[in-house]
Amino acid sequence: MTQITTTPPVSVPAASPAMPSTLKLGLSRAAAETRMFFRQRDAVIFTFSFPIILLAIFGSIFSDGLEGTGLTVSQLYVAGLIGSATMTGFQNLGIGIAMDRDDGTLRRLAGTPLPPVAYFTGKALNTLFISSVQVAILLAIGVALFDLDLPSAVSDWLTFAWVFVLGVLGSSLLGIAVSSLPRSGKSASAVIAMPFVVLQFISGVFIPVRELPEWLTQIAAIFPLKWMCQGFRAVFLGEGGVTLEPANSYELGRVALVLGAWVIGGLVLCLTTFRWKSRSDG
Amino acid sequence: MTTAVKVRGLTKRYGDVQAVGGIDLDIGAGEVFAILGPNGAGKSTTVEILEGYRRRDSGEVSVLGTDPGRPTREWRSRVGIVLQTAGDVGTMTVRETVRHFAGYYPLPRDPDEVIERVGLTEKTGKRVSELSGGQRRRVDVALGVIGGPELLFLDEPTTGFDPEARRRFWELIQGLAHQGTTIVLTTHYLDEAEALADRVAVIARGRIVAEGEPSTLGGRATAKATVRWAGGSVETGTPTRTVMELTRRFDGEVPELTVTRPSLEDVYLNLIES
Repeated sequence: MTQITTTPPVSVPAASPAMPSTLKLGLSRAAAETRMFFRQRDAVIFTFSFPIILLAIFGSIFSDGLEGTGLTVSQLYVAGLIGSATMTGFQNLGIGIAMDRDDGTLRRLAGTPLPPVAYFTGKALNTLFISSVQVAILLAIGVALFDLDLPSAVSDWLTFAWVFVLGVLGSSLLGIAVSSLPRSGKSASAVIAMPFVVLQFISGVFIPVRELPEWLTQIAAIFPLKWMCQGFRAVFLGEGGVTLEPANSYELGRVALVLGAWVIGGLVLCLTTFRWKSRSDG
Repeated sequence: MTTAVKVRGLTKRYGDVQAVGGIDLDIGAGEVFAILGPNGAGKSTTVEILEGYRRRDSGEVSVLGTDPGRPTREWRSRVGIVLQTAGDVGTMTVRETVRHFAGYYPLPRDPDEVIERVGLTEKTGKRVSELSGGQRRRVDVALGVIGGPELLFLDEPTTGFDPEARRRFWELIQGLAHQGTTIVLTTHYLDEAEALADRVAVIARGRIVAEGEPSTLGGRATAKATVRWAGGSVETGTPTRTVMELTRRFDGEVPELTVTRPSLEDVYLNLIES
């Protein structure tokens, strides 16, 4: 491609005005995304009530104690469901971006000076917000109805914080990556919700890891959800629950390693697979 | 005349299909330029390359002095795009949407003023999803011009409009053109091109087959006129003389008299078939 030299191009203003900062635009996107989320009332109700309903069902069905631990099954579920709430970003972004791609949102934004990073920042902050609210609700209900004891040690809350942040980041990036898989926005919820449900069953959200066949837990170990749940069990079940772990330890070092690897791997996946256009768009 | 868009030898191929087969184009700053052509003729591909949405295979392209194959934020802030279809931004209100997009630009126009210009002041508090098709299109235009672009792309802007909405939309575009915005318009409506465009180009089979002012395109101004009356018709280069003869023959009023020159549509259909 050679530069055009025959006619002078339209002159660029000598002092071009400063572009709005990417951070400011990211926050502006986050505010807009959050506003749009709350206006879809059906989605809001579903998003926030789903984990609560699951907790209510599982917590009520399995109200027995877990032998030799002094813990109840419902406490186990609180930890597991917090894990799956932390992974909400996978589903939200996977479906949300596929729909944005399909309905022209991405195309419109690509035609504006909005930097792509600001778009992703908006999605990520929105996800962080939704996940935080879900976790807060689960904790409140766990404490109020299912004998959940909140840890008092600062170190436990630190563990909670890094598991939560790494978990949200990793699953959001994974969500962005899988958003390129569905062929259309309409098929997105089916394509993306299915693997998420399967992952929840094999990662110890609904069924304690101890009761799963080993080959299934080995598959689950590839994905971040199993490790997030393990980290949250460490926080909320504490020493009493260690005997429930197949490894007889919460393996926090390994949790950090796998979640960290998913953040990096998810980022690489995003950068290599992300498409602004839908497939039919060429 | 400064050049807003300059294209030389543009080509683009999809697999076996040569979508654009060597296009040259010059669009002056401040011009309203319409690109006509049947579906699949390379019209959309060409415009998408100019908009920076699509990469070209070869050729030189300069839009506002920048290669759209390497769009920068600064360049994007000087170009407005009104896409063909958009089903997004449904749950935000008109004002929220326009204000939000204004934040993307270094020197945006006043959101309320833009909303007024597109005629949506009364709908400003309504959610975009509650608007009619024509009103949503106005939101699209508002978002296209909120950054105060020097160059505005309009892709089939009035498809699905009723005739009155269409006229009002034309006035809006004419207003923008009067303010000096360069406008590149694609359309299937020949009357739209005739009403809005200073110049038109007809693209067929990946090439420009005619280019010029709507009134003279394809030799239209000098083409023979058809004089029709009850009981006869004649094609002639001197229709006035024919009418005078008829007036004499009928001794006054000629029954069902019409004099027509080929419409832009006639010329267009001729061009894309040949």
